[in-house]
Amino acid sequence: MDQIMAVLLRSGVLLSASLVFIGGVIYLWRHDLPVTNYRVFQGEPQELRTVGGILREAGKFHGRGLIQLGLLLLIATPVARVLFSVLAFLYEKDWTYVAITMIVLALLCYSLFGGGGL
Amino acid sequence: MNTLEFTLLVGMGSLLAGFLGSLTGLGGGVVIVPMLTLLFHVDIRYAIGAALVSVIATSSGAAAAYVKEGYSNVRVGMFLEIATTVGALVGAAVALHLHVSVIAVIFGLALIYSAFSSLREKPEHTTNVAPDRIATWLRMDSSYPTAHGVTQYHVRGVPLGFALMFGAGVLSGLLGIGSGAVKVLAMDQAMKLPFKVSTTTSNFMIGVTAAASAGIYLSRGYIDPGIAMPVMLGVLGGSLVGARILAGATVRSLRLVFAVVIGFLAVEMIYNGFAGKM
Repeated sequence: MDQIMAVLLRSGVLLSASLVFIGGVIYLWRHDLPVTNYRVFQGEPQELRTVGGILREAGKFHGRGLIQLGLLLLIATPVARVLFSVLAFLYEKDWTYVAITMIVLALLCYSLFGGGGL
Repeated sequence: MNTLEFTLLVGMGSLLAGFLGSLTGLGGGVVIVPMLTLLFHVDIRYAIGAALVSVIATSSGAAAAYVKEGYSNVRVGMFLEIATTVGALVGAAVALHLHVSVIAVIFGLALIYSAFSSLREKPEHTTNVAPDRIATWLRMDSSYPTAHGVTQYHVRGVPLGFALMFGAGVLSGLLGIGSGAVKVLAMDQAMKLPFKVSTTTSNFMIGVTAAASAGIYLSRGYIDPGIAMPVMLGVLGGSLVGARILAGATVRSLRLVFAVVIGFLAVEMIYNGFAGKM
């Protein structure tokens, strides 16, 4: 079990880092401009904030969209780990901990899919 | 400065931060926010978004190594993650409404605490405390490998640990840091876990806590790909190199230097916060 979890975590990080790197190369290639003024906070455009929007942007091979997809995958890695723990506790028939991990999973899903309105 | 130069400079700074953070055990995240705001004049909200992402990367990378060795206590970690994720959601929600100057001051104070706690001596308390009712019911007692073979330990102080973890989660969501120092305090001091178990379990939890607030930061548009890309790759690369070079070795003088640097950054963050320069 621990072995699978280690592989899961490592491949999640590796895959997301590769996506961010590829996206970064494309972004720098096409973005030969003076640096954006980050001193003033504007917030990201809508298409780089939501899961669906990021998938569409990345599908067009836009650098920023690909980076954001990599970051989304990175955020999803701990979520996958918690999901895996739910299964592991189910397998052990440890119902208390199935419940505990389900609560954590629900909180994470709330943040990822519905937390924007807070 | 063009985009390429900015990216490379931020990337190199993050590489160094990740390297020193993993050597000293403080984590790279704590230096990222002051570096981006004070050196590169990035708005603190973008800086926190980028730091959160790098915290997830290093935590997940390191946790992969620790779960294998059998140090981390998965039950304790999972139970306390309820407290840290709720805390992180609260912290991220509060951060959306706080003035950036207030966040800068709180950040400075948290930095001073992490620098201070990294220098404190940590004696391994081997006293095998008596079993605790709540911990027994939650089957948290476990064992871990030591030099004298596998050693059993009992867990205590679950309610206090849970409360402290909520605080660690709030700080993490508010400031984009892993709050490793507070997590270790909760497990080591309040719950009497062996120190090695506390640090590895804390690392195991940091990724989940950070993911809880990162979701909110992402949907609020605080995570900018142009900043997060060099920060995430830099911190991750630096921490991997750091872990390779000195696996487990204690580097006291380096830790002292790093703590002093963090202390300075903290003072500057607090000053800028009060002066309204953030």
